Amino acid sequence: MSIEAHGIRKKFGAFTALDGVDLHVPQGKLVAVLGPSGSGKTTLLRIIAGLEFPDPGSGRVLFHGDDVTDIPAGRRKVGFVFQHYALFRHMSVLDNVAFGLRVRRRRDRPTSAAISERAHRLLELVQLDGLAGRFPSQLSGGQRQRVALARALAVEPKVLLLDEPFGALDARVRKELRRWLRRFHDDIQLTTIFVTHDQEEALEIADEVVIMNQGRVEQVGTPQQVYDKPASPFVYQFLGNVNVLRAPALAGALRGEGRTAEAARDGQIYVRPHDIELTPHDAGGTGLSAIVRHIHAAGPHARLLLEQVQTREHVEVEISRSELSELNLSVNDLVRMRLRQAHSFDEDYAI
Amino acid sequence: MSPRATRDPAWARWFLTAVALVFLAFFLLLPLAVVFAQALEKGVGYYLASIREPDALAAIRLTLLTVAIVVPVNVAFGVAAAWAIAKFQFSGKSILTTLIDLPFAVSPVIAGLIYVLVFGAQGWLGPWLIAHNMRVIFAVPGIVLATAFVTCPFVARELIPLMQSQGTDEECSAVTLGASGWQTFWRVTLPNIKWGLFYGVILCNARAMGEFGAVSVVSGHIRGETNTMPLHVEILYNEYNIVGAFAVASLLALLALATLVFKSVVEWRQARVP
Repeated sequence: MSIEAHGIRKKFGAFTALDGVDLHVPQGKLVAVLGPSGSGKTTLLRIIAGLEFPDPGSGRVLFHGDDVTDIPAGRRKVGFVFQHYALFRHMSVLDNVAFGLRVRRRRDRPTSAAISERAHRLLELVQLDGLAGRFPSQLSGGQRQRVALARALAVEPKVLLLDEPFGALDARVRKELRRWLRRFHDDIQLTTIFVTHDQEEALEIADEVVIMNQGRVEQVGTPQQVYDKPASPFVYQFLGNVNVLRAPALAGALRGEGRTAEAARDGQIYVRPHDIELTPHDAGGTGLSAIVRHIHAAGPHARLLLEQVQTREHVEVEISRSELSELNLSVNDLVRMRLRQAHSFDEDYAI
Repeated sequence: MSPRATRDPAWARWFLTAVALVFLAFFLLLPLAVVFAQALEKGVGYYLASIREPDALAAIRLTLLTVAIVVPVNVAFGVAAAWAIAKFQFSGKSILTTLIDLPFAVSPVIAGLIYVLVFGAQGWLGPWLIAHNMRVIFAVPGIVLATAFVTCPFVARELIPLMQSQGTDEECSAVTLGASGWQTFWRVTLPNIKWGLFYGVILCNARAMGEFGAVSVVSGHIRGETNTMPLHVEILYNEYNIVGAFAVASLLALLALATLVFKSVVEWRQARVP
């Protein structure tokens, strides 16, 4: 089932959580809503679920083309997974999963044997069938989150909404679980929205990423689109590391000689650390002179902190370990920088 | 870090422990012991006779009746108020929270007087009540009202912090799973607060049985009719029937002890249950 939201606005007192948000999630896709805290992403998810309502008259939520704006959460057929799991702490894992079926009206309710069988099947699906009798407090974070997922799936939702599903887990479990979620989604093909502030997570598993900031959608696109062609300075800075440099300082730093005149205009230039090329200073050429201030060589890449000679701006550069050893750099050495790829958001100025 | 760093010299530990124990013995255990010693001074037969005497029985019955009305009413109010305060955002919330504490801040005597001023013969509603042949003050309804006022914070105060710390996530998930409001309350909220609720009920019950000040103002002290147990104790004491007074008092003391035992059991259960 596809999900659409049109012109959603929501204020909490004087704070504007959502300021006219549009969203379209096609049937069967896994979409990440990515943004810093306070960007309105969780509020948007709760409005889609029916746990919050948009400000009167402001917007509509559509499931499969049908307006569900005024339908309460319980009848929307959504599976919602909370950041802190929200498992019923006084119920066993099995009872948690069976809850959604047991609260059905008698004529819609399966027999208790059928309910228990279905709950067991779902626990198998999330690879937790052995723990059916445990209580939530006896499970690890990752296990709890999978129980929460099984519980949400028990009511056969048409869409799955995950609010920072891995936010409370440690880094290793997070990584494992998000890959598992991607495979899981490929298996069950349920339209899914998940909210996260972790750009790595969003870029890694989502079909499409919606980037939000201050109650607005900044950009929508595939992970590659939003990473390679950020639509705004915010997106550039939010997705990965970036150097923000003053344009006049860059005269000569660009590869194409003809562009230096343009670059002399005022404005800011966004450069990813791995899009900067370093050459030895005495080799000559057109690059910008910079002094090496710090070398951080632990890990697969070497990260260097340079200080540009002209403007004293600090620039972060990422190069491979082999490049580093070829350059044979040490702190306080002079190098030349060239920008392989850079971006400006001035209207009349492009690189 | 060496544990010695946080350890006081032996004499200090002994001294502080001794001070605490002497204080406890003198102000808590001694009076309690005196109550039972005095009550049984003239033997078990006299003790039982003092309790079985018709006025004493009437006082016990009235106290139990009051408790039977007040505790359920305050449970209903306390759960509703705590639910509203902890789970919803609305304007005037802080005023409601403050109002719930009002009975703790007001002297019980003033609480009783308020009801006299509203329902008494010279009060706002007094003439209307007399015209319709209804009695509130110097009658059972007044006693119930005054007791309810004094004890109304207990359940709510116990539940509000508990429900606030539990948040609304579990209720929200119950709702998205299709549970109705009623199902959410019975199956999710109530099991989560049951020990806190039980604790509130115990405290509310103890205070309702023991309330003196507010009840004294509205009761009129009519023997066998509007005397609760604490009032009956006072009357007997003023009549120099010391043993009788202490016999009835010992019942209240026993109740207090039972309450404490209950409370400990509840706390122990609470600590054990995740």
